[in-house]
Amino acid sequence: MSDHVVIIGNGISGITAARHIRKKSNMKITVISKESDHFYSRTALMYIFMGHMRYKDTKPYEDWFWEKNRIDLINDFVTEIDTDTKTLKLQDKGNLTYDKLIIAVGSRPNKFGWPGQDLDGVQGLYSLQDLELMEEKTKGISSAVIVGGGLIGVEMAEMLLSRDIKVTMLVREKNFWNPVLPVQESEMIAKHIESHHVDLRLQTELSEIIADENGKVKSLKTSKDEEIPCQFVGLTVGVTPNIKFVESSKVHWQIGVMVNEYLESSIPDVYAIGDCAEFKKHPTGRRHLEQVWYTGKMMGETVAETITGNKTIYNPGIWFNSAKFFDIEYQTYGSIKNKLEENETEFYWEHEDEQKCIHIVFDKETRSFLGINAFGIRIRHNVMDRWLASKMKIDEVMSSLRDANFDPEFYKLHEQEIVDQFNQENNTNIQLKKKSWKRIFSRS
Amino acid sequence: MKALQNIGLSLFIIGLVIFISLIFVGKYNLTNETFEQFVKDKGIKSELFINDMKTKVVDKEFSNPFSFSSEIISSLEAANETHKSNSEWGKVIWGKASSFTFEIAKSSGYGIVRDNKWLFWFLTFGLGILGSLLYIIPTVVTGGTAATKNNGVWLNPATNRGWIGWFAFAFLVGFYMLLYFNPDYIVNWVYIVDPISISLSGNAASQWFLYGLLYCTVMTVMAARMYIKYRHNKYQILRTTSVWFFQIVFAFLIPEILVRFEKPWYDFKNAFPLDYDFFFKWNLDELIASGGFGLFVLVWGIFLTLVIVPVMVYFFGKRWYCSWVCGCGGLAETLGDPYRQLSDKSVKVWKYERYIVHGVWVFAIAMTALTLFTYFSGVQQMLWIDMLGTHLIKTQVVQDAYGFAIGSIFAGVIGTGFYPLFGNRVWCRFGCPLAAYLGIVQRFKSRFRITTNGGQCISCGNCSTYCEMGIDVRAYAQKGENIVRSSCVGCGVCADVCPRGVLKLENGDEEGRISTGPLTISKTEIKLNSNVL
Repeated sequence: MSDHVVIIGNGISGITAARHIRKKSNMKITVISKESDHFYSRTALMYIFMGHMRYKDTKPYEDWFWEKNRIDLINDFVTEIDTDTKTLKLQDKGNLTYDKLIIAVGSRPNKFGWPGQDLDGVQGLYSLQDLELMEEKTKGISSAVIVGGGLIGVEMAEMLLSRDIKVTMLVREKNFWNPVLPVQESEMIAKHIESHHVDLRLQTELSEIIADENGKVKSLKTSKDEEIPCQFVGLTVGVTPNIKFVESSKVHWQIGVMVNEYLESSIPDVYAIGDCAEFKKHPTGRRHLEQVWYTGKMMGETVAETITGNKTIYNPGIWFNSAKFFDIEYQTYGSIKNKLEENETEFYWEHEDEQKCIHIVFDKETRSFLGINAFGIRIRHNVMDRWLASKMKIDEVMSSLRDANFDPEFYKLHEQEIVDQFNQENNTNIQLKKKSWKRIFSRS
Repeated sequence: MKALQNIGLSLFIIGLVIFISLIFVGKYNLTNETFEQFVKDKGIKSELFINDMKTKVVDKEFSNPFSFSSEIISSLEAANETHKSNSEWGKVIWGKASSFTFEIAKSSGYGIVRDNKWLFWFLTFGLGILGSLLYIIPTVVTGGTAATKNNGVWLNPATNRGWIGWFAFAFLVGFYMLLYFNPDYIVNWVYIVDPISISLSGNAASQWFLYGLLYCTVMTVMAARMYIKYRHNKYQILRTTSVWFFQIVFAFLIPEILVRFEKPWYDFKNAFPLDYDFFFKWNLDELIASGGFGLFVLVWGIFLTLVIVPVMVYFFGKRWYCSWVCGCGGLAETLGDPYRQLSDKSVKVWKYERYIVHGVWVFAIAMTALTLFTYFSGVQQMLWIDMLGTHLIKTQVVQDAYGFAIGSIFAGVIGTGFYPLFGNRVWCRFGCPLAAYLGIVQRFKSRFRITTNGGQCISCGNCSTYCEMGIDVRAYAQKGENIVRSSCVGCGVCADVCPRGVLKLENGDEEGRISTGPLTISKTEIKLNSNVL
C-alpha cells in the first residue's frame, strides 16, 4: 500500500505539489478544498469581474485531468487536525486519515479592527466567494472606497471602474506602494492611477465605516476626518495566513504554520507551503512569509521532491515578480528596495510619456548588477537571471541591454536613450551591442 | 460621444434592414428580345426549353425573384429530363442552374433599384459604412486609454454567443447561402454595385464582384476598429495594414484591372491549395490561351506554393501568410476580431482539428492529382478498388464535391457564418488545406516560436481565451515552455493580452526553439519549469 498524501487547499501551491507528487510517485493523493471543485487561477479573479473571461476560462486544467491523473478531489472544510492519529476532521464528510499532510490553505484579507469593518458592503478580495460577494454588492452602486494601496487595491480599482463606479483610494504611506517601490516609480504609478480617474488620497487612513439604517455601508470616515459617501468598501491592506483550523492542533504556528528550510512543520509528516507557510529562518534570507504566486509554485515543487524521497531545501533562487497597474506592466528581478543600501547606487531612466521607466541598482564598489525594476518595458527572465547570478558588471549590463528586451516586435525600443543617459550621468563611454541570440540562450 | 455611437448604430441597422429588404423589391420581366439574345449567346438548342419559357416566362411580369427563378428552373429541369431520357445529349443544358437563372434575372429585373443604383448603394453600403464608423471612432474616447481592453466581452450578447451573436450568425449564413446557391435572388444587390464594377473592369457586376466589394468594405471598416483597439501595439497596426493592403490591391483591384485588359482574373497572393481550382482544366486552358501573361501566372502559382510559401514559413512562421497576407485571414482579423474568444480550447477539439484539417489537405492533393491525371491523359474517370468493392471515380464529380463541400460550405457558410458562435478562424483552423501545409512546415522546420518568459506566467488564462486558433497557450506558458504549434497564425494577441509580459512572437535560431530548456531558478536541483503530467 502506498502512502496517502492529503493536501489541504487547491490553490497554486497545493496543486503544484499534487501534480509533482503524481509525476514522481504512485502515492494516493487527495486534495481538499471548500472554495471550488477544481483548481482555478486566483490571479484571474479580476478578469472574470471585468468580463474578460468566464470562471471556466480561469481553470488551467480541464475537469477530466484530475481523475485521469488519480488526484482525488474533496469539496469540504477541514475543521481539525489530529496529528497523533494522523486524522483530519471534515465538516461534512467525516474523518480522513493521512500519511503525509500538506497544508496549503493560502490567506485571507487582513482586517485591523476598524469600526464598521464587518458591515454589509465591506469586504476584501481573495477567494471565489469574495468575487461573488463583490458582484452582488456592487450591483447598481455609484461609488466605492478602497482602503490600502497594494496590488489587490489597484486591481479592485480597475474592476470597479470597468463598471463605471467612482473610486476613492486611501493609502497610508506618503507614496504609492512605498513599502516596495522606490519613490520614483511610486510617483509615476500614482500619476498613472490618477489619470484613470481614481481619487487617490495618500497619507490617509480609514478611521470608521458608517452604516445606514439597514446596516449597509453609507460612508467612510478618514483619519483626516473627512466623510466620503460610498456604497462599497474594499479592504486591501494585505493578507494573513488562513490557518484558524490549525490553531487547536499540535502544529506550531505564529502568523503562519512554522516551517524549516524543507517546508516541514514542527510535527513529522506535516508540511506547509505557499501563503500560509512561515519560515523560522528563510533559506535565502528573505521575508518569513512569501505570499506570491511564483513562490507558491516553487514551494509546491520542492515539497513534492521531499515527500517522494528526495529531501530538498527550498531555494527559490533569484527574486522575481511582476504585476500590472492599469495599463502599465511591472517586472522586477533581483534586489531593488524602496531605499538604497549603504553599498548601493542607482540608475533611473523614465520615458517622457511617464508610462515607462527602468530602475537599476548596482554595487558602488564592485559595480555588480543587483536588481532592476522595469515599468512598461518587458524584460527577458532568463537573461536577467543569468546576469544577476553571475554578478555581471553594470557596464556590461548596459552594453548588452538589447538582449534583455522582451517587448513585442516593432515596438519602439529605448536602449540607446537609456545608455546615453547612463553614459552622461556616470562619465562612461558604453557602446550598445547588437542583440545576440547566442548570448540570450547561453546557459553559463 | 455615446449619443454619436447610438446614431451610428441606428444608421447601421437602417442600412442593414434596407439591404435585406432589397431582395423583395422590384419586378422581373424577361423580354422576348433579351431571351432570344440569351439563347443565342448560350448556344441553347433545346426547343423544349425555349418554347416552355416563351409560354410561361417571356414577356410576363413577376413581382419577386423566387417565382421568377422557380419557373425558369422548372422549365430547365423538365427540358433536361426529357433530353436525357431521349439521349439528346447535345440539347441538354449543362452547368449550375442557379448561375443560369442569375444571368437571366440580372437582365430581366427592373424597377426602383435598377433605376437608382447609386442611391441604393448609398442607402445600404453608404449607411452601413457611415453608421459603423460613427459607432467605432468614438471608442477612442469611450473605450478608455490606449491599451488592450477586453472589458465586458463575455458580458455582451454580441460577443458571448448571446442573441446578437445568433442574429449575426443567421445573417451571415443566410448571406452565404444566397451567394453560393441562390444568386438569382440577390440581383438587386448586384445592381447597386454595377457602377463601381463598370468603372473598374468595364463589365457589369456579377455576384462575385458584389462579394469582393462587400468583403473589402467590411475589412476596411473593421480595420479602423483594429487601429483604434490596438493603437498601443505596433505589431497589430502593421499586420492590419498588411492584410488590408493585400485584400484591396491583390485580391480586388489587380484582378479587376486584369479583366479590363482582357487578361484572366487572377489573385497573385492566393496560393494553391487554398486556390483549389488553380489546376482545373478550365483554368489551365484559360491561362495557356492568354499567352505570355498566362504562362507567367502558371509559373508564379507553382513557384508560390512550392518555394515562396515554405521558405517564408521557415524564416517568419506561417503568420507571414495567414495573418499578414491571406484574404480569409484578413476577414478573420478584422470582422472576426471581436469573436476570437469563442474558439474552443479543449484537447478533444484539438484532436478533431488535426484530423479534419489534414483530411481536407489530403482531399485537395488527391483531387488535384486526379485532375492533372485527367488533364494530361484525357481519361475522365478512374477505377478504384478497395475492400468495399470497385468504384468508378469521375474527376468532375470529385471536383464538384470539393467545390461544394469545401469551397462553398466549409470556407464560406461555416468558415465565416460561424464566427459569432465558434470564433473567427473556424475555416483556417479546421478546413484550410494551405494552413495545414504551412502548419507542417512551421511545426518541423521554422525559426518562428512564441517565447515564454521564464517563470513569469500566472496562469490567468487571457492568452488561451483570446487565441483565435483555440491553442491552450497557457498550458505551455505556465510550464515555461515555448509555444511551437502548427496551427499558430501568429496574430500576436496572446502576447498583447498577457498582463505579465510572458509571451513574445519571434524568429530566432532553430536550436532551443521547442524548449529553451528549463530556467534554473536556483543552484540546487530545483527547476521551475518542468513538464506537466
